[in-house]
This record gives sequence, structure tokens and C-alpha cells, in this order.
Amino acid sequence: MNLHVRRRPGASKGDPLFKWIALSCALVIPALMAGILVVLLLDSRLAIAKFGLGFLVSDAWNPVTGDFGALSSIFGTAVSTLIALLIAVPLGLIIALFLVELAPPKLSALFGSAIELLAAIPSIIYGMWGLFVFAPFMANHVQPLLGKYLGFLPLFQGPPLGIGMLTAGIILSLMILPYISSVTRDVFNMVPPVVKEAAYGVGATNWEVTRGVTLRYSLSGIVGAGFLGLGRAVGETMAVTFVIGNNHQIASSLFASGNSIASTLANEFTEASDPLYLSSLINLGLVLFLMTLLFQVAAQFWLWRITKKMA
Amino acid sequence: MELNSLKKRRRFNLGIQILSAVSALIGLAALLWILFIVLQRGAGALNWNFFTRLPTPPGIAGGGLANAIVGTLFITILAAILGTPLGIMAGVYLAEYGKGTKIATIIRSMTNILIGIPSIIVGVFVYALIVLPSKTFSAYAGAASLAIIMLPVVVRTTEDMLSMVPNSLREAGLSLGAPNWRVILQIVFRAARGGLLTGILLAVARVSGETAPLLFTALNSTYMMHSLNEPIANLTVTIFNYAMSPYADWKSQAWGASLLIMGAILILNIATRLAFRERSRAK
Repeated sequence: MNLHVRRRPGASKGDPLFKWIALSCALVIPALMAGILVVLLLDSRLAIAKFGLGFLVSDAWNPVTGDFGALSSIFGTAVSTLIALLIAVPLGLIIALFLVELAPPKLSALFGSAIELLAAIPSIIYGMWGLFVFAPFMANHVQPLLGKYLGFLPLFQGPPLGIGMLTAGIILSLMILPYISSVTRDVFNMVPPVVKEAAYGVGATNWEVTRGVTLRYSLSGIVGAGFLGLGRAVGETMAVTFVIGNNHQIASSLFASGNSIASTLANEFTEASDPLYLSSLINLGLVLFLMTLLFQVAAQFWLWRITKKMA
Repeated sequence: MELNSLKKRRRFNLGIQILSAVSALIGLAALLWILFIVLQRGAGALNWNFFTRLPTPPGIAGGGLANAIVGTLFITILAAILGTPLGIMAGVYLAEYGKGTKIATIIRSMTNILIGIPSIIVGVFVYALIVLPSKTFSAYAGAASLAIIMLPVVVRTTEDMLSMVPNSLREAGLSLGAPNWRVILQIVFRAARGGLLTGILLAVARVSGETAPLLFTALNSTYMMHSLNEPIANLTVTIFNYAMSPYADWKSQAWGASLLIMGAILILNIATRLAFRERSRAK
């Protein structure tokens, strides 16, 4: 603004100072991002120098001989995340459909808040519930059934122990469900009502409007929600640590125990006395950081694209 | 689109409607199941000793988690003191000064990305930055990692809340000759007060249940804290340690601690939600 207003002398001196303080606080954010990257790179240099990129494809994990590789952790992270997405994306979608199109407003608000509260429950509570309640439930009821009817697939073979990849994936899906359903709900709400009303006007049913109009409009938003859930699931630590079994192995069965990057860090970090061991763990952290960074950027990009398109 | 008979289409539609209602019920059921279990198993552990005594060795009854309760309160408050002013000022920059500039856009997307960084990575970062050089796990390190997790949440809600304040208020202040910074502090902040408080409380609620970033920053301790520069007892890491132990009374205390944490977080969440809805209805 270029108004020439006479102010009390000194009154405007505060302004540049205040702006400067605000700016330097805002710059803490990029500094943190850069700082995390630099620190992780620096402190994993021992492991990077010793194993190089081979770290990513080696399935060794032997603190005694000092031979480390990330493959089993990456595998476990990928499998548990995949299970979570396979469950949470369709479930989140259809819940959003219920909230936006079907439920009366009061019921919709109630269910909406309840599902969002799932996101407020701390990871460690999911872990407690998962280990002591849900894993036994899986072992006694779900896994025997899966083994009986789908046991011809290698995925569902082995003793039903309860803890393991499948249980971890299902719990993860509950944890990311609120993110997916609430983003999808927002995207559904952005569909112009005129288009939907036009479809209803020619006699389409609820589902036909959803499939033909709402879903088509919201596709990229749903992809964004998926990436958001992906970013969350990949880094979830405590709940997974409780139920995944913490075993450095790559098994074909989903009933088998495994590990994820985050669970390995949670379990072994304070025990790692050897510098190479510690450095390998930090290298694992670096891999996880880069993975989430990738998914987050993808999610931001997709969501940015859709808001731009809709606006 | 192939045209099926109306009956078929209606029936299919009904099927989808039922499926979607059932899915929503599944989400609700999962929430209720978890709440019920924690309440059922935790309620028995919460007694006078739980709040007032220090932990006892396994097998010796009558121990409590007074040290962990104090520790968690302390770390969380310290984190809020560190993270809140920083986050609010950064939000002020994004909403009041940087609007539309490239740098604000970049910082805004970085904030969103930082919200999604796993908390365990923050723990590793703080371990390398504070714990390694100072050679000790400490309350400082724990609070620092929680503050880093809080920061982007506070930045984002602050920006959202300040952006909702109508421009006419700012213009009124400026036209009286008040400098921009006083308009922000005395007019915009006052108008956005409720929203800012909500944002901070939600951020506090979020970090108070965090475990992963404390595992190798604050660690844990069986003693009452007497210095900030040493490992400090806290509820969440205690839950982890006790749950993994073979002792029944420790497990029961882990459930008690879970109930305490979950209750506090849910009350904060529901209360802020209700207060916010009340206020937006009043407007």
C-alpha cells in the first residue's frame, strides 16, 4: 500500500522487525527439512561407504558379522502398506459415498466424526489393542478360515499365530482409513451439484450417479488421498512394531512374521552399540524418509491439481 | 451404458447402499471396539497408587506411574512452549506477509510434507542432533522431537485461522494509523483467538500420544525426574516396555496408562470439536 500517512515517529519501525521475525520463524520449516536430510545422510555415511546401493537389495541383517541390508525391512514395509491400501482405499471410498450421498446430514456428521476420531487414537493404543486383542482374534477366527478356504495360495499358509504381516496390514488400514475417507469426502463434496442433479434428473440411481459422475470427477482426488494414506502407512511405527513379529525374514505367507523399516528402528536403535550397526539403522531411516517424501510430494501434487481444476 | 430393467438397477443400487452403510458401521465398530477394550482393561489399573507411587520391581504390588505421568506432562508442556510461538509466527508470515509470494507457497507445501514425515524419523534426527553430541538421553531431546512434530501442525492451523479473519478488520485498524504488527497482534489475533487455541490444543493432543520419537530421545526411567538433562520417564514408552514384559501387573499398568493417554486425547479432541462447532454456529 502506498498511502502517505503520517504516523507517530517510530511507530512503523516495529513493522520491518516483526516481519523479519515472522519470516525467520517460517524459514525454520525448510531448514528442518534440509536438516533432516543432511543429518541422515551424514550419519549413515559409514553404511553408505561400506554397502553402497547394495544396501537396498541385500537381505542380510547380522549385527554380529556386521553385514546389513535393507531388503527384508523394505519388503515388510511394502507388503504391510499394500495390504493396508487394498483394504482402506475401497473401504474409505464407500464410506465417503455413504457420508456424502446416502446418510442424512445428522447421521453423516456423527459417522464422520467417529471415523475421524480413529485418527486421533495414538499409534501405541492400536499396538496394545492389536497385540492383546486383535492378534488373538485373527489367530482364533480369521486365519483358520482363510487357511481353510484360501490355503491353496502360498499367501495364506503356515500356522495361524495372529501376529504377522496380515494383522499389521489390517491394523494399518484402520489407521489410514480416516485420512482416506475424509479426503475423499471433501473431493466428493467438490463435485458441482448441477451435474449430479442433471444425472438424477434423467432418472439415474444413486449408484449410477456415483459411478458416472462423482467418481469420474473425483478420480485424481482419490489418487491423492491414496498417496496420503500411503505416506502415513509407510512410516507408522508403534502399532506395526507390536504386531508384525519383528523378524528379519522375507516370507511368502502373510501369516508369517516380518519387520518394517520403522519397526526395525524402534526395536534396535537403542541396542545398536557398534558404529556400523547404528549407521546402517540411520541409513534405513534415510530410505524411509525418502520414501515418505516421494509419496507426500505426489499426494500434494495430485491434491493441488484437483483443487486447481475444480476452482 | 447398457440399459437394464429398472428393477435390476434399483436392486443393484440398494445393494450398494447397504454395502456403504455396512462399511461406515465397520469404521464405527472398530472405534468402539478399541475404546471399549482400553476402558475395560485400563479402568482396573487406575487407582490411587497408580497416580502417586513410583514403579516397583515386577511382582511387588502397589507400584504406580507417578514419575511417568509427571514426565509426560513435562515433556509435552516443554514441547508446546518450544513449538507454539515458532509455529504461530511462521503462520503469521504465511497468512499476513507472504500471501501469494513464491517463498510462502514453497514453505506451505513443505509444511504439509513435514506433517507427513514419520515421527520415528524425527526421533532419529533429534538423536543424531542432540543425544549423540550431549552423550545422554534427555528430557530436552524428547521435548525437541515433540516440538518438531507439533510445529507444522501449528503453522498450518494458524495460517488457516488467520486467513479466515475478514480483511475489513485489518483495514479498520490500519486506517486508524496502527502499524501492521499491532493490527496483527491486537486485532487479527483477537479475532482468531478461539481457532488458534483449538489448533494448539489439537497439536498438543497429537504429540502427547507419540511414542516413536521418544524411544531414543527421552528414553525412559524408573525414577522421578530431577533434571532435564537425563532420561525421563514418560507414559508412552512405559506402555511399550511394560506391554512387552512378561509380568501381569506391568501389563495391567500398561493398560491403565493407555486409558489415561487415550482419555486425555479424546477429551481434548471432542471438546475442541464441540467448542469450535458451537462458535461457528453462533457466528
